[in-house]
Amino acid sequence: MTKRRAVVIGGGHNGLICGAYLAKAGFKVTVFEARDAVGGAIARREFADGFFAPGLAHTTHVFQGVVDDLAIVTTASAEAAETIALDREGAHLTLTDNDVEGAGLPEADRTAYRDFVSEYASYADALTPLLTNAPPRLKNFDRRDGVTLAKIGWKLRFGLGGDPMREFLRVGGMNIYDILNEKFADERLKAAIALDAVMGHHMAPRTPATVLTYLQRRFARQKGVAVSVAALQDAAVRVGVEIRTNAKIDRVIVEDGKARGVVLASGETCDADIVASNADAKSTFLRLVGARALDGLFVHRISKTRTNGDVAKIHLALSAAPPFNGLSPDRLNARMVIAPTQQYVEHAFNASKYGAFTERPVLEIMTPSAIDTGYAPSGAHVLSVNAAYAPCALKGGWENDREAFLEAVLNVLDEYAPGLKRLVQSHEILTPVDIEAEYHMSGGHWHHGEMAIDQSFMMRPVHGAAQYQTPIEGLYLCGAAAHPGGDVTGLPGRNAAKRVIDTH
Amino acid sequence: MNTGPLSSMTIASSKTYDAIVVGAGHNGLVNAAFLAKAGLDVLVVEKNDHIGGATVSRELHEGWKYSNCSYVCSLFRPEIYQALDLGRHGLEVVPIQGGVTFMQNGDYYGNYHHHEVRRREIARHSKRDADAAIRFDADLMKWCRLIRGMLLRTPPDPASLKPRDAMEFAFLLKKFYELSESQLYEFIRFFTMSIADYLQEYFEHDAILAHYSGGSIIGTGLGVYSPGTAYVLLHHAMGDVDGNVGNWGFARGGMGSVAKSIASAFQSYGGAIRTNAEVATINVSGGRATGVTLASGDVLDAKLVVSNLDAKRTFLRLMDEKDVSRALRRRAENFKIRGSSGKVNIALDGLPTFSALPKGSPLTLGHMHFSDSLERLERAYDDWKDARWSADPYTDTLIPTQFDPTMSPPGKHMMTVFVQYCPLEPEGGWTDEKRDAFGKTVIDQISDYSPDFKNMIAHAEIRTPRELEAEVGLTEGNIFQGELTLDQLLFNRPFPGYAQYRGPVKDMYMCSSSNHPGGGVMGAPGANAAREILRDLKRDDTTPEDFGDD
Repeated sequence: MTKRRAVVIGGGHNGLICGAYLAKAGFKVTVFEARDAVGGAIARREFADGFFAPGLAHTTHVFQGVVDDLAIVTTASAEAAETIALDREGAHLTLTDNDVEGAGLPEADRTAYRDFVSEYASYADALTPLLTNAPPRLKNFDRRDGVTLAKIGWKLRFGLGGDPMREFLRVGGMNIYDILNEKFADERLKAAIALDAVMGHHMAPRTPATVLTYLQRRFARQKGVAVSVAALQDAAVRVGVEIRTNAKIDRVIVEDGKARGVVLASGETCDADIVASNADAKSTFLRLVGARALDGLFVHRISKTRTNGDVAKIHLALSAAPPFNGLSPDRLNARMVIAPTQQYVEHAFNASKYGAFTERPVLEIMTPSAIDTGYAPSGAHVLSVNAAYAPCALKGGWENDREAFLEAVLNVLDEYAPGLKRLVQSHEILTPVDIEAEYHMSGGHWHHGEMAIDQSFMMRPVHGAAQYQTPIEGLYLCGAAAHPGGDVTGLPGRNAAKRVIDTH
Repeated sequence: MNTGPLSSMTIASSKTYDAIVVGAGHNGLVNAAFLAKAGLDVLVVEKNDHIGGATVSRELHEGWKYSNCSYVCSLFRPEIYQALDLGRHGLEVVPIQGGVTFMQNGDYYGNYHHHEVRRREIARHSKRDADAAIRFDADLMKWCRLIRGMLLRTPPDPASLKPRDAMEFAFLLKKFYELSESQLYEFIRFFTMSIADYLQEYFEHDAILAHYSGGSIIGTGLGVYSPGTAYVLLHHAMGDVDGNVGNWGFARGGMGSVAKSIASAFQSYGGAIRTNAEVATINVSGGRATGVTLASGDVLDAKLVVSNLDAKRTFLRLMDEKDVSRALRRRAENFKIRGSSGKVNIALDGLPTFSALPKGSPLTLGHMHFSDSLERLERAYDDWKDARWSADPYTDTLIPTQFDPTMSPPGKHMMTVFVQYCPLEPEGGWTDEKRDAFGKTVIDQISDYSPDFKNMIAHAEIRTPRELEAEVGLTEGNIFQGELTLDQLLFNRPFPGYAQYRGPVKDMYMCSSSNHPGGGVMGAPGANAAREILRDLKRDDTTPEDFGDD
């Protein structure tokens, strides 16, 4: 018997994971990657001579189950375990997954934080059956959906218990702003937590349902581990996945409503029984498949999905360690955030609603060179910065405003680390339009589409294609456009592969 | 000066009422009426010298009557109207026609009542939107029908294992399962999306988008881009007048007529109302409510007490600290009840004209709006988030005297302007000067479109959340007695575990808009609470079932 053939479009982490699961199950798998290396958003990039950035995403949280299933080799503590909420005058807060400390922090807030993290850890845990399975259909469901629904219900009612379940159902649709105001007094603390709920989304602390995005981020962190692209690639190759780089896909071959394979930009054709797309929904359906092969209403829904990225990525090559006020250089291995108050974050967001970038951006900063000396020449450092908000659909376009936004980011950084500007040897800025062009992500959106409720779960990316299967038989979605979305968990890839294996 | 009826003089005595209802707003009166109809001896106590709460019409300038809080009527449940025979008690609702959104470029969008004319008017701005409007109206109607069926029901508790809750869930599921699978998802999307995102799936023209989205932010501390606002639209779209779903109406004689007619029905069942009787505490003894103590010191005994005050006032002020658990107090403290609206009521010497409209245009008969884009609406919200009143506010402006001559002297007019947004507390707190500056912003905005308007102003009453709270007793002046966000709807309203109208002690109930299904002069919370009370008392249910799909 000849092996069934599967091709995966896109060698990002989800593509590799999906491919590996399929190969393990006996498919002959080829992963096609348009760029010259796999890894997509988590691939390391050299942005200046001798200076490397960890990738578009500078943290990874691959689901522990995936790591176990595929025997992915993880390196201990490759990433920061703590977050430092930077203060301009040096009164920083240090947050870990179970404690917080810092100058001037009220003792009541510290106690409240410990309660908060354990409470929200239990809510995040309650999401497990929902996030680790194909989202169940709400009507016409089959046995698998029934089992998942029962698991979700059971976990909520008996895993959490009566009162916590009620509370969970209350906070699930709330904004993080109100929750944090209910619990804490310290603005630095509130803003640092809020940042986790909104970074990468077109949302701000006061946007309803940001508790849910926070819980999803928590879930990723709680249940995931840091992995490297090399380890992922090894795991895939080990089970027989063939990887082809510099192999851009031009289109998916569809005959009689069935996917038959792909055509490469070079003109080469590759036949397949299964095509799994790690590309976002708009790219997959509107570009690779083409509207003509699809139902009009479905195309309408896909084209209306919201995919406007709001975060720019900035890489700075520094001639010396960044001189953050009141921070000793040995603490540069932490994740640092600049978000002094929730209102600051909200104000930064306001601009983006009207197609402008903020002059006072919210920043998430990593110093990879402080963790691994391979990122920069000796003595020098790299700053990897996510800066929000910088809307993809900037009025007037990004062409003339890239440097202006970079300047805004540098100005804020320089307030927290006086003299930092003078240390910058070279820089790179990737606005959402650059991310779209280089990483083939529509709108440059981190998560391949807003993770608002109406684009989540059984509606991700749209209903009718939410269980990894699509209206085209044999075509599957295996990237962040599919449930449970972004955050480098690898779950979309794993869930999609399971659905393929189950079906074929 | 008292436009309400009757302060019936009940002397405090050793009498024990079957029930005391705190607050003579429309929900309190509806609740009391159904209890009295069932044969209970009911007393309604009211702190003001007039009844009605937020459904009042008051003469604050000689010859003019202002409906100075709520100002239009549509959501009031027709089932309640019928069950209490409110027509016979004098309630008449006149349908509103027309409506207009003025544009900054001098043009306008006319929301004509006549379907064909309205369609042509939309097409004048965008042909695509004219087609989309048909689709949109049909979809919205679907959701209206679904939600309307849930208004006169008690929300089930999702964590409860009781058969009654399970059966109610089964009922709701069955109702939802009448939808097709894709309609089911579309409903969830509608429930959770922002009105801007939702509308942009249909429409493209700025003024059309703004016209449709206004109803989604009225009374709400959210902006047009905030998820969850599409649902708020429903609260302004699912009402009906004379069976015309989505229509709005004026209560003849002003909104005070609503309260007056319910009070009249209540009294016809033998109920009594006592005004100028502010309640200080709900008395509790042995874990049961036993009556109330008035601010005057009088003690009134009752077998049960119903609070028509919002959840914050009920749990944090009326109830003694020892009767409310810490956890529940915290819930009440965290209950979101945001002051976000203001009101300007204006006595006019004549009927103002609008530059964009020909004289005598029927469009001024309805809701008039001056915000012509989503961006302007959202920026108005941004101001509010920073505790400022909107520099360019969204207003819902009406001149009811075009229909109802009873509210002003002959030839004169009354204008009601609902203003979104107005902060609870501007920086440094409210002063009379700031209140007047807020009013001026509103008046200036209208004058931009109506040159003769300013000269016609005979008197204006300006109300910020401060005034609304002080007079009506709405905490923060919130018109819904609590935000209509997902965390405060259905079984979460007002708090999880307390959504079935029963208070934390026995014989104590809640019937205000802080409870399901929320505000908007529906009367539904009052009726639902009455049903639960009668159920506990094992009395015949006098409250109506919903009419079902119509």
